[in-house]
Amino acid sequence: MRQRSTLGGIPAWVAVIAAVGALLIIVPIVSLATRVDWPNFAALVSSPSSLAALALSLRTSVASTALCVLLGVPLALVLARTSFPGKRILRALILLPLVLPPVVGGIALLAAFGRRGLLGSSLETMGVSIAFSTVAVVLAQTFVALPFLVLSLEAALRAAGSRYEAVASTLGASPSTVFRRVTLPLVLPGLVTGAVLAFARALGEFGATLTFAGSLEGVTRTLPLEIYLQRETDPDAAVALALVLVVVAVVVMIVTYGRREIR
Amino acid sequence: MKKVVLASLAVVGAVCLLAGCASPSTGSGGATWSGNTPSETPVGDQTLSVFAAASLKGTFTELASEFEKSHPGVTVSLTFAGSADLVSQVTEGAPADVVAFADEKNMAKLTDAKLIRGTPQLFASNTLEIAVPRGNPAAITSFQDLTKPDAKVVICAAQVPCGSATAKIEQATGITLTPVSEESAVTDVLGKVSSGEADAGLVYVTDVEAAGDAIEGITFPEAAGAVNKYPVGVTTAAVQPELAAEFATLITGADGQKILASAGFAKP
Repeated sequence: MRQRSTLGGIPAWVAVIAAVGALLIIVPIVSLATRVDWPNFAALVSSPSSLAALALSLRTSVASTALCVLLGVPLALVLARTSFPGKRILRALILLPLVLPPVVGGIALLAAFGRRGLLGSSLETMGVSIAFSTVAVVLAQTFVALPFLVLSLEAALRAAGSRYEAVASTLGASPSTVFRRVTLPLVLPGLVTGAVLAFARALGEFGATLTFAGSLEGVTRTLPLEIYLQRETDPDAAVALALVLVVVAVVVMIVTYGRREIR
Repeated sequence: MKKVVLASLAVVGAVCLLAGCASPSTGSGGATWSGNTPSETPVGDQTLSVFAAASLKGTFTELASEFEKSHPGVTVSLTFAGSADLVSQVTEGAPADVVAFADEKNMAKLTDAKLIRGTPQLFASNTLEIAVPRGNPAAITSFQDLTKPDAKVVICAAQVPCGSATAKIEQATGITLTPVSEESAVTDVLGKVSSGEADAGLVYVTDVEAAGDAIEGITFPEAAGAVNKYPVGVTTAAVQPELAAEFATLITGADGQKILASAGFAKP
């Protein structure tokens, strides 16, 4: 069944400005597709360095999404259900990476985990070196992606309310059982949305990775870094790879938001 | 419906204001343009747009103020970025009167595209140097030392000028480096060294000169095998080609050469 389009009572001029707003996003994306050297597309995206970057990006993004879920679910639960002094400040701090320029995140990560960093210097004496390793990439991605998961999940938890949880605990369920059997199933769609968003953000991470992890093929050079580098000598390859990232992002957004109207 | 037209005109107008609509007469929808069109630059208040490689930041800033002093009423607007970035900006129509790059390869892209007036002039050259954090923790003293197994070395990726110079030296010496990172810009290499994350990096002599106390430079004889030559040219799109040519002359002339030499640049 196709939906008939209606203006739904909004003024026509609002719709016009809305159209301009939408075009501002859509035109550059479509223009990118027109720049692609289609006959050579397959060759451009399947060069060894492109494939290495793509594989590294997927691997690190999956790892950082898992880390986001592991750390983000408890964080969201604490923010949504508990009350303690300073909670608002804690939430503001956790969401900070959403508004920070990624390069600032990278410098902050260096200050913490770098060789001469607050924690990094002790790790170094224990023989653990994070900078220039794949672990650094995962850390940088988790740093920027975690707020997306926490934010979506906290909203889902608040929307679900705590009535079922209260009932479950009056029936004798332990807090852990309530969490496992009631809370998690209730907010699963919110968790999935948050995880997908975190994955997409991790996949696109550039600034913090470049600053904190460096750029070496197969170790730290993820797809966005490869695109940045390819642009120097082979703009066609950069455009082709950029389109791959766009397609992944589009799929992610459709999976997350396309299925249902957001209320 | 009238409101729709008004709103769309307003939006188009706003976009044009921001973008500085170049051809107001072809504005869509027969809109009336009331005095918003950029007028011809008045005489005595001229702007010269100079695009220069990132490594020229210090020297060109100094040169620009010299030029403004000797040309009252002229403002030099400077844009610094990686040479490849600047090339793509100029190719896409960015308003540059004078362009100066860190290697001849990038200038060739513009001359091939017929975007440069006449022949570009070489005005300086630069060689690589080893940069180490203050105190030289890994005790690096030669190019060979960069292969020490416990030394973390950062270089430029082969796709950028400093990286192709590095590759050339590796080839000439038969010494293969195993860097922990291959950065896209010399500034990223410097950042990794000055923060102490890396034990050594390969950058230009002038970068070490400009980096200050956090970095020490170690020259090595093999560097002579890879010299980057800096060309300057006037674009075909230059609004005031004579003024642009005068700026290029300042760079290649005695005064410009003195400023460049004091920053560590060698003659081309």
